[in-house]
Amino acid sequence: MNLFRRTLLTLFSLVGLFALVFFLSRVTGDPSYLFLPVDASAEARAAFSRAQGFDQPVSIQFFSYLKSILNGDFGTSLRQQRPAMDIALEAFPVTLRLIAVSLSIAFAGALLFGCLAAIRPRGIADRLISLVSLAGASAPDFWVAIMLVLVFSVKLDLLPTSGLGGPAYWVLPVFVLVLRPFGLLGQVVRGAMIQTLSAPFIKTARAKGVAEQRVVFVHALRNAMLPVVTVAGDLTASLLNGAVIVETVFGWPGIGGVMINAILQRDFAVIQATILVTAVAILALNIVIDLAYGWLDPRLRTA
Amino acid sequence: MSQTDPAPLARPDRAAPFRLGRMLLRDPAPLLATCVLLVIVFSAIFGAELVGETATKPNFALRNAAPQFEHGFAYLLGADNLGRSVMGRLVLGARTTIAIAAGAVVLSLSIGGALGLVAGSRPGLLSDVIMRLTDIIMAFPSLLIALIVLYLLGPGIGNLVLVLAVTRIPVYLRTVRAEVMEIRRRPFVAAARSMGAGQGWIMRKHLVPLVLPTLFTIAAVDFAAVIIAESGLSFLGLGVQPPDFTWGSMVASGRGYISSAWWLAALPGVMILATTLSLAVLANWVRLATDPAQSWRFFRASKGSST
Repeated sequence: MNLFRRTLLTLFSLVGLFALVFFLSRVTGDPSYLFLPVDASAEARAAFSRAQGFDQPVSIQFFSYLKSILNGDFGTSLRQQRPAMDIALEAFPVTLRLIAVSLSIAFAGALLFGCLAAIRPRGIADRLISLVSLAGASAPDFWVAIMLVLVFSVKLDLLPTSGLGGPAYWVLPVFVLVLRPFGLLGQVVRGAMIQTLSAPFIKTARAKGVAEQRVVFVHALRNAMLPVVTVAGDLTASLLNGAVIVETVFGWPGIGGVMINAILQRDFAVIQATILVTAVAILALNIVIDLAYGWLDPRLRTA
Repeated sequence: MSQTDPAPLARPDRAAPFRLGRMLLRDPAPLLATCVLLVIVFSAIFGAELVGETATKPNFALRNAAPQFEHGFAYLLGADNLGRSVMGRLVLGARTTIAIAAGAVVLSLSIGGALGLVAGSRPGLLSDVIMRLTDIIMAFPSLLIALIVLYLLGPGIGNLVLVLAVTRIPVYLRTVRAEVMEIRRRPFVAAARSMGAGQGWIMRKHLVPLVLPTLFTIAAVDFAAVIIAESGLSFLGLGVQPPDFTWGSMVASGRGYISSAWWLAALPGVMILATTLSLAVLANWVRLATDPAQSWRFFRASKGSST
């Protein structure tokens, strides 16, 4: 039942997003300026407007637009002369791999260091880890990326500046993308662990003579997981923000880089296709996260 | 009428700010953060009058000059590709950066707060519509929404503030709604209602004063998030447009000189990091120092470290 409601809401969000893109692109002036390159001639613009039906009422245009989307027609890329959806679907797996690798590393690192920090609050390890995670969460990612290129590629000549290739090409992008989720998650793990470690059942475990490592990493950590999963879920969607920046700086052919390039080249069909692919992915992800909650915390399951 | 207000929680402890101030003086990290923020706010307000022409007038003799003492105090941090003082431009950039972030935070705080108040105190169709719209905004990465809207509306400071505000509204809205729904169930609200207080009176006198402190705390943390979002957008070329500039767009224009004049891209980023990190450190400290569940740890530790 819950899943049904979520899916309905998801479809509603999708239509809402497309309505937003559609109406904003219509009310802000002649759409041919959005769809055609800046240097297109006036005749070409007029012919384009007639061919696309821009002379018809806006509401009729909207429904024919939705209809062509449902038929799988997302237009053709003006620059590459091939279906825009193909471009978006080619780029998506690249971004997905980048995000999956980064989130796993951030998650594992945050669990380990968050627990280490929580063992002795305001101790030396805690202060150091807290500072690093705060800095990681507050650093502007595009700047970190440029500084890393400056140090490791330009000055030291250790790693490639950009492109897609062997493991060396992954180091800098993944590091930049790990920073913020690691920082935010680390703080959440630390907070949740400090709270859990002062709970009575931990005292019981210690009194029973359970080894301290087992108390922290098994007994307490399992209980502190729920808020961590909540934040991790929110972060996955926002990792796409980082992916846009990272792919731009490092010239990755992922969906973020494709979208920015399409925006700069005014390739509207590609922009539209990339928006749809990311939107569907994120909404599907939200449904999966909701299901994961129910699985992790039996209290949230509805009869 | 105010003596009938049975909400002792709404009365701020008058000594609390002084106690916090004394605690702040004893703790070096948040104290340093406060000083950094004061300097940045000062240069954002008075900076334009202080730096003069060195930040705006091209000086081709000093193109891409490295940070050094030889050319005088104004060129201490070097000069950009047109020979303008980097330090001066950092100070000027502070004004645009802070003003855009402040505008976006104030806008999203007031809109989100007001909508949250309505959604929390009057369940019904209007409340449902507000919450579903929030879900839509929340469902997508904020940078993507901002990119799309700025692409369609055209970049510029006004649109930038608007877009940043829209993407942050859900944060305030959901918090206020949750708090209002909780406060409304407390006995003192029922007491006020039984004495004939209307909806508007209850909102003004009972709900708003209790919700405001939470709102301001979120705003402090959000300020840093907005600065990062703005600088990211400006970096991608969809934020502020020349001749206006922020720290973010300074990093973008310095990127082309990364191998010959690293300071052009590095220094504005340092300013962004200094601002956001200081805000984070300070907000963290305030939360710790005012949270009764955590402050015992805090007091014990600070006592231990001072001896």
